[in-house]
Amino acid sequence: MPDNIQLVLVDLTVNGSRYQRHVEPRTLLVEFIREELGLTGTHIGCDTSFCGACTIILNGRLVKSCTALAIQADGGVVETVESLEQDDQLHPLQTAFSEHHGLQCGYCTPGMLMASKQLLAENPSPSRDEIKKGIAGNVCRCTGYQNIYKAVDAAAKQMQET
Amino acid sequence: MYPAPFNYHRPETLQEAIGLMAKLGEDAQAIAGGQSLIPMMKLRVGTAPEIIDIGRLPNLDYIELRGSTVHIGALAKHADIAASDAAAQIPMLGDCAGGIADKQVRNMGTIGGGTAIADPSGDWPCCLRVLGADIVCTGASGSRTVNIADFITDSYTTVLANDELVTEIRIKLPPANGSSAYVAFKRAASAYPSATAGVLLTMNDRVCEQARIALGAAGSTVVVSAEAEAILQGKQPDSELLKQVAETIVSESSPAADARGSEQFKRAMLRSLVVDAAERALARSRGEQVKGGHRYA
Repeated sequence: MPDNIQLVLVDLTVNGSRYQRHVEPRTLLVEFIREELGLTGTHIGCDTSFCGACTIILNGRLVKSCTALAIQADGGVVETVESLEQDDQLHPLQTAFSEHHGLQCGYCTPGMLMASKQLLAENPSPSRDEIKKGIAGNVCRCTGYQNIYKAVDAAAKQMQET
Repeated sequence: MYPAPFNYHRPETLQEAIGLMAKLGEDAQAIAGGQSLIPMMKLRVGTAPEIIDIGRLPNLDYIELRGSTVHIGALAKHADIAASDAAAQIPMLGDCAGGIADKQVRNMGTIGGGTAIADPSGDWPCCLRVLGADIVCTGASGSRTVNIADFITDSYTTVLANDELVTEIRIKLPPANGSSAYVAFKRAASAYPSATAGVLLTMNDRVCEQARIALGAAGSTVVVSAEAEAILQGKQPDSELLKQVAETIVSESSPAADARGSEQFKRAMLRSLVVDAAERALARSRGEQVKGGHRYA
C-alpha cells in the first residue's frame, strides 16, 4: 500500500451544476455523488455491479456508478435521479411509476428511472421485450417487474403525445 | 466497499503509459473500463498500489475493416462493437458483444480489458478463440502479435509482460460461406455466464467443410476439441451428429461446481449450448435471421 496517497481533482458537471473536489483516487463515483455532493437519490444497493440501484447517466451513456471511479468520470457530465423533476413537475416516468405502482420499497427506483429514461431517449416507443432488455441491468425485489414495465410503457406513450 | 488505497496515473499517450508500466513494474495495474477490475479491487483481490488509467488513451477505440481483417482497438467498448458494421459482418461478434453483462457494463467495459483479464467465465476469450483472433501486445520494446490460443495460459493469466498492454484485437473475416453463432446462459443479465459456446461453420451447400467450436466457463481456460471439430468435417450436420459433437467437446471440459451450478448441470448446459450455437450458425448459413447471444431469466 502506498504511504502517501496523492489526492486527485475531480471536475464534474452533475445535473447542470459544476463541482470540483479533491478526493482519494479510490473514491467511487457513487460515493462522490452521495458523500461529496450530498445527492443521495442515487442508491448503493448490492455494491457488486449487479443490482443497478446506483445507475446514472454519464456523458449520455448508462453507467453503474458503484463500478466507476470518480476520477474516471473527471470532466464528464452526469445526470442523476434528482435531475428528473423540473420546476416542481414530476418527470412523466416518475408520474407513471407512481400511477402504475412501479415501486414498493423504492430502493431500486432511482436506478430504474435512469435506465428507463435512457431507454426512452434511445427508443421512444419500446416493445415490452425491449423494455425488459433495456432495464435488465436493474434488479427489483418487490414488484416482480410487471408494474415497472407497465409504467415505462405508459410514460413512453405519454411522452410521445406531448 | 472501498478499494484499497492506490496512486492514480493518467498518461496522455500510449508511450507514456508503457513507460509508466515499465517503471512501476509489479506495483502497476492498468485500468481501462474497469468493469472487471473495479469489482475485484472492491473485494480487495487484484488490487495494486499504482493504478494506470489507460481508458482515455487517444485513438484506441476504433473498429475498422482493413482488407479482410477487422481491427478493433483495445479500448473499443462492448456496446460499440455490438453496434458496429463488424458485428453485422461477423454475427457471433454481435452475439457476444451485445450480451456481455448488462447495458451499463457494456457502456464502460472494453474488449481489451475483457480479453486481458482472462476470466474463465468471460465472454471474449471463447468468442475470440473461435474466430482465431490475434492479440496485439505493445510494450517498451515494441509490439508483438500473439494468437488468442497462446495469449491466455491459465485462469486470469496471460503472456502479457509487466510493461505490456493489449492494444488491438485482429480478426480475419471468416470466409464468405462461413457462418457463426455465440450463445451463453446466465442466471441474470448482470451475472457472469454459467456456460458459453461459440461455433463457426464453413458450409459448402449443406456440407460442413470446416468447424471451429469453443466452450467458455468450462474450465480454467477456453476449451476446444480437434476431435469434435473433425466429426463435422465433410458431413451434413444433423441433430444426431451435433449431439455427438457436443458430447465429444464437453467430455474434454472441466467445469467447476460453484454458485452458478453443479458440474453436472454445467456439463448438461454446455452440451445444449453447443447444439444451440451450431443450429443457429446453420440457420444463418441458410440466410435465416436468427438471434444468438445470452439467455437469462
